[in-house]
Amino acid sequence: MSSPSSVDHHGKPGEHHFAHHFRSALHEFVTCKQGMWLFLVQEVLFFSPLFVAYFMFRAQYAHDFHLGALQLDWKMGALNTIILLCSSYTMARAVTASQRGEKSIVKYLAITFLCAAGFLVVKYFEYTHKIHDGLLPGKFMTNPELLAEAPKAAIFFSLYFCMTGLHGIHVIGGMGVIAWIMWRAHKGEFGPKYFTPVEMTGLYWHFVDLVWIFLFPMLYLVG
Amino acid sequence: MSSTTAVAGKNYLTDPKGIGSWIYTLDHKRIGLLYLVSVLFFFLVGGIFALLVRLELWSPGQTVMSADTYNKAFTYHGTMMVFMVIIPMIPAAIGNFVLPLMLGAKDVAFPRLNLLSYYIFMAGALLGVGTLFFKGVDTGWTFYTPYSTKTGSAAAMMVMAAFVMGFSSILTGLNFITTIHKLRAPGQGWTKLPLMCWALYATSLLQLLATPVLALTLCLMAMERVFNIGIFDPALGGDPVLFQHFFWFYSHPAVYIMVLPAMGVINEVIPVFSQKPIFGYKAMALAVFGIAAVAFIVWGHHMFTSGQSATAGFIFSLITMFVAIPTGIKMFSWLATMYKGTLRFQAPMLYAYAFLFVFLIGGLTGVVLATMAADIHLHDTYFVVAHFHYVMVGGTLMGFMAGIHYWWPKMFGKMYSEGAAKLAWFFVFMGFNVTFFPQFIAGSQGMPRRYYDYVAEFTIWNQVSTVGSWMIGVGFVISAIYLMASLVGGRKASDNPWQALGLEWQTSSPPPTENFLVDPVVTHGPYDYDKVAA
Ligand SMILES: [Cu+2]
Repeated sequence: MSSPSSVDHHGKPGEHHFAHHFRSALHEFVTCKQGMWLFLVQEVLFFSPLFVAYFMFRAQYAHDFHLGALQLDWKMGALNTIILLCSSYTMARAVTASQRGEKSIVKYLAITFLCAAGFLVVKYFEYTHKIHDGLLPGKFMTNPELLAEAPKAAIFFSLYFCMTGLHGIHVIGGMGVIAWIMWRAHKGEFGPKYFTPVEMTGLYWHFVDLVWIFLFPMLYLVG
Repeated sequence: MSSTTAVAGKNYLTDPKGIGSWIYTLDHKRIGLLYLVSVLFFFLVGGIFALLVRLELWSPGQTVMSADTYNKAFTYHGTMMVFMVIIPMIPAAIGNFVLPLMLGAKDVAFPRLNLLSYYIFMAGALLGVGTLFFKGVDTGWTFYTPYSTKTGSAAAMMVMAAFVMGFSSILTGLNFITTIHKLRAPGQGWTKLPLMCWALYATSLLQLLATPVLALTLCLMAMERVFNIGIFDPALGGDPVLFQHFFWFYSHPAVYIMVLPAMGVINEVIPVFSQKPIFGYKAMALAVFGIAAVAFIVWGHHMFTSGQSATAGFIFSLITMFVAIPTGIKMFSWLATMYKGTLRFQAPMLYAYAFLFVFLIGGLTGVVLATMAADIHLHDTYFVVAHFHYVMVGGTLMGFMAGIHYWWPKMFGKMYSEGAAKLAWFFVFMGFNVTFFPQFIAGSQGMPRRYYDYVAEFTIWNQVSTVGSWMIGVGFVISAIYLMASLVGGRKASDNPWQALGLEWQTSSPPPTENFLVDPVVTHGPYDYDKVAA
């Protein structure tokens, strides 16, 4: 496409031809950054009904939620918290590396990607364990002790699976994006003049971590 | 600035050529037209459902269809008109076309995202229409639980459709906010921004902040249906009223997603057709944000009879009445703008008058409904149906018609027949009032909404209403004919047929692909009709 409607071109390393409707590469960068922040605001509101439902039902069924929460393994949750915190650190290093045009960006993105995968592996073990124990949402809750003592724990597990599930989907989406920019970084597309996608991915990834920072105490610790 | 018709024959409609250049277009003007065509198609389908509903209500008992079919007909009318027509009608269709032009920009901030939003919208819309082939949907557009989680109809598929279309709305909002912040022409400070852009800004904020809540709620509802997660199911300890809270947390602001852009259009039309500066520019800009802000804290007025506490009801009732303040500021400012102006009675202005008339009635009956004691009587009656049609149809549709007649010459470079437009306006405006005014009467006498059958005393009001629906139908058929005829045989439009000061009128009609051949610089306000000759 050579008409003015073509939007941007990824040129040789170090060169970035900004899209035709911007005045400069910097103009393009600050615009993208604002768009990303607005996207994250939208994400907060996307998660918000789950948080509202959690606090409402927690107040209503405090006892049942307490017993439900005791079924979760806080050690697994803590392990995942550490994994995600590490990944946030490596993501920040990747952003800095891209701004400085350092080769280490690929390495840092790879570690971030592996942390995300590790998070999902831990989550997989947690989920299979819960399924095995019959600790499932709503009608599918079959755990005999809990059904007898705390029938409303079914709602707790509905929220547990919805919240961690939605967060997990965001982790998987993040892995896809990280893999994509890792490939572009490998081709040497980023440098001091152009690092917008890396910075945007970084913002997104910190958001995903932050959600977990809220989920972990709410689901695992408050007993 | 001088006109730029120099490169005659080359414009965004003809350059580049070919079907692919439309399907993959990143040009905001073309994307706006894609939305326009799609939205008008869904408007036709939703309108046919409306005519069927009205026809069925011609007489008590069965008239033309079974009760089950009737339930589906009003569900499709409501769902399609809300999610596929009035929400995207002005922001996505007209807004996409005019926003960058009004800012003197070459495009929206994220053109690819813009095209993606369109395809997300179409995917959701097709999913929604697709439910027709899977037993249909009979929940009404509100999808209230527990009925929606238990009905045998394709409710899960329909809420997924609304979920998908929601993301189109969110991404469009994000795109527009960033565009307004970052892509204004040099010299276009915040106080020189046309009020249409301010209205689109406030609308975009609502789209960005309210839609995600609905999206997740609909997800939960679908999960409830498929996996019985129990969050909205009282049998498992869940709370069906929680669904209503979440639903209206979006759907009340959604009403302003529909009507604020219409106000934006009216803001543009009235000064141009009065040849006077807008009265109270800053108050007008602030008022849309006032409405948008209050929008988030009034949702409980839909739930006065849902077992919400009297205290909560009282607070929601009071805050709801505050909406009348910024709205009143706008109404009076429009009147003051026209006062002693050089008024021209052309189609866009006629629709602006229609807007003022029906929106006044819609707004005032809103205050009646916000009064808790009155609402206990009027809740779920035809009074509510009449009220929200006066706001949503009266407001949004009249605003849309004003906008499409105002910007049509810019979009296609052709003038439509003014006489035919006036005739159509008469049918639309009269038909609208004939259809919906009797519903206030029937509703206040107690006729419940959504009912298939009614007592014989209401027959007369229903028949007047049905005749009105035919008049609206005639009005839109005439509109479709003369607008399409203008594309083929219409007079060529000049660059600025209305003597307007907005930036979009400084480029050629239709604009070149890159919008402006010379990057515009803003030196005066958008409504300085007293200082600048347009
Ligand atoms: Cu409302």
